[in-house]
Amino acid sequence: MNKNHFAAIALFLLLITIIISCQKFEPAAPAEDSILDGPVENLTSAQNLQHLAGDVGFNDQVFTAATGLGPVFVATSCGSCHAGDGKGHPFTTLTRFGKNDSLGRNEFDHGPQLQERAIPGYAPEKLPEGTSFAKFMPPINTGLGFIELVSEDDILAMAVGNVNNPDGVRGHPNWALLPTYIKIRPNSKNQGNRYITRFGKKASTYNLLHQTILAYNQDMGIASSFDPSDVFTLLDTDPEISDKIIRDLVFYLQTLKTPIQRDQHNSDVIRGKDLFVQIGCESCHKQTLKTGVSPVLALDNKNFHPYTDLLVHDMGPGLDDGYTEGSAKTSEWRTAPLWGLGLAPKSQGGQFFLLHDGRARSIDEAIRMHGGEALVIKNRYNALQENEKQKVIKFLNSL
Amino acid sequence: MIFIAVSAQAQIDTTLLRRTPADTSKRKMNMDAIYSRPTLQAGKFPVSLGGYVEANYQHLGTDGISEGHQFQFRRLTLFVSSTISSRIKFLSEIEFEPADKEISIEFAAVDVEFHPLFNLRGGMIVNPIGAFNQNHDGPKWEFTDRPISTEKMLPATWSNAGFGVYGKYYQNKWLFGYELYLTSGFDNTIIENEFNRTYLPAAKANTERFEESNNGEPLITGKVAVKNTGIGELGLSYMGGIYNKYQDDGLRLDDKRRVDVFAVDMNTSIKRTGTTFIGEYAWIFVNVPQTYSQQFGNKQHGGFLDIVQPILKNNLLGWRNAVLNLACRLEYVDYNVGRFKETGGNIGDEIWSVMPAVSFRPNPQTVFRLNYRIQKQRDIFANPAINTAGFSFGISTYF
Repeated sequence: MNKNHFAAIALFLLLITIIISCQKFEPAAPAEDSILDGPVENLTSAQNLQHLAGDVGFNDQVFTAATGLGPVFVATSCGSCHAGDGKGHPFTTLTRFGKNDSLGRNEFDHGPQLQERAIPGYAPEKLPEGTSFAKFMPPINTGLGFIELVSEDDILAMAVGNVNNPDGVRGHPNWALLPTYIKIRPNSKNQGNRYITRFGKKASTYNLLHQTILAYNQDMGIASSFDPSDVFTLLDTDPEISDKIIRDLVFYLQTLKTPIQRDQHNSDVIRGKDLFVQIGCESCHKQTLKTGVSPVLALDNKNFHPYTDLLVHDMGPGLDDGYTEGSAKTSEWRTAPLWGLGLAPKSQGGQFFLLHDGRARSIDEAIRMHGGEALVIKNRYNALQENEKQKVIKFLNSL
Repeated sequence: MIFIAVSAQAQIDTTLLRRTPADTSKRKMNMDAIYSRPTLQAGKFPVSLGGYVEANYQHLGTDGISEGHQFQFRRLTLFVSSTISSRIKFLSEIEFEPADKEISIEFAAVDVEFHPLFNLRGGMIVNPIGAFNQNHDGPKWEFTDRPISTEKMLPATWSNAGFGVYGKYYQNKWLFGYELYLTSGFDNTIIENEFNRTYLPAAKANTERFEESNNGEPLITGKVAVKNTGIGELGLSYMGGIYNKYQDDGLRLDDKRRVDVFAVDMNTSIKRTGTTFIGEYAWIFVNVPQTYSQQFGNKQHGGFLDIVQPILKNNLLGWRNAVLNLACRLEYVDYNVGRFKETGGNIGDEIWSVMPAVSFRPNPQTVFRLNYRIQKQRDIFANPAINTAGFSFGISTYF
């Protein structure tokens, strides 16, 4: 063997070494608390498979005219509005208009949602002149399965607990009509034919299936066996998506992990949290809720920390857009869950677009835009020393 | 036909096989790439055969997630060429890509020479946009992957049925070449696709374009190039036309919408060091309906620069004049140039890549290459980049 052969063998061994140690040269996973997507822990293999199938439906399935998009629409895929399962961006903010109930019945035939985009050859919808409307920023998706499992008794208890709130905080569940495809939970509370709904800016959808079908139909113009109506003709049409894809996608949403708080042991964060509670924010932004029974082990009877009470509250004239859904009044909005708040810029292009329509460009601005039932508490926040305010914001950023 | 050819070869005395080496004279330009390939000819049999094969191993990871060890058989390409009679030639290139379950004719054209400055070409033509689309054979490159801008922004390899003319003129050290073709072209899929972006390569899936134009409008492709044998080559090219189906059965469906592509390509060498630079940059302008989604941009640009430095040229492992190169590819593509209507903020959807490489050429027709890719990709909202990195090793050879 000559020198060259040794060189060849060395090169071959180098290649093998590189192949074996490949992963050492690849980007490490980001810290678990720095991202929103990912499943809850301890899913079974079958549940993992369904979660992955739903992930494909949510993040990879892009609709085109050929696969049913529109013809009028807001977005081409679920993932377009929820990058990394995070909050949305003004680009995909929804516009809802008119007077509406949760069945989508609206004084305008093409309400309640504006489809302001259209496939080539079609004209998009325009807002009817003079109608009131509100813009809805897409929310983060994570932890939705936990919220879905909060018992109605607990939601009602939180409303009852506010009756004598000295700060004037009240709040009530949204009672809304349900579409016929919704399977009512056993012992679900009702007021006539209205039920407690909990998802969405106005808390007007009953569960994640309801939310998903609405999004397919109103955001992407996708008809399904659950809601076969075409957004353009308003006539029933053939399903453009299978029930299985929808079920998998709902399971995906149900099994996304909850956001993980960062810097929990930082003294400023701890002090900020104390101040948050002390000035009364927790009256609405309830720190801990509890799930009920679930076949998914990680969701079954768990305490979790969404910072919401799932009730709608009067937020004052500044946030009254003149539009509503269900039994909520036009000035009433569901308490926004605060978990994942600090990660919002990671899905909003490095900026904050907060409150229901993204009008607040910082956490401080969002707090200062609170009114109505939150007025007393907002004034307490305003009265804090500057460094105390910063600690509250640091705490909120850690969520 | 392949089977017959193989059988025919098996029955002949292999000493009759004559290798026609690639013409490496300095009078070749990128436009000559299709003829500038090594082929085999049997005796006076008027047909030459050749081809190349490309296979890779890769291990890439994206933010902590890897698909593991991947063994890829990228493609097998066969060339069949023939001089039919004086000044009439035929050449074809048939590509097998098992991953796409695709056997495609990339090029199959008859060339008729009237004058060196005026040749007629008809058949299946590779549109001369940039240089890579025409000069894409695996063994010519030091990298396992094709440039992102040529394959994911421009549609390499992009060929169409059509006719055109080309010619070349040279004097002393200077060469001038031109090409002009009318072919069938793109379709609506460039803005209606599952890639969720304006994506010219989506039109490759429409094989009907080889038989029937989508809209009856020709795609015009033209290129001029100038070369100094002591300096290098510079090419300017354009490709454009109406891409959408704006009418059908005499009925108007949409406005006529254009796609226009401009590209500049260059290659040069520093004689003293032997360093070679090969680069290409392209700009794409697409008329996207104002009422469609900004997800599909109306401007794109991107390109690549390859730097190749021979570091060893010697008799190695029994191969005469084997060459060891160091190389690096720099790449960038902005898939969506513009600003959001809603915020005025920059639209992201861009990708950067740096790929250092080592390549070993035991002979000019064969290359072993080891690459390490470092890639960053940002989504449409310009959120924090997704990081990808990893090794790939491959072999590619003419045969």
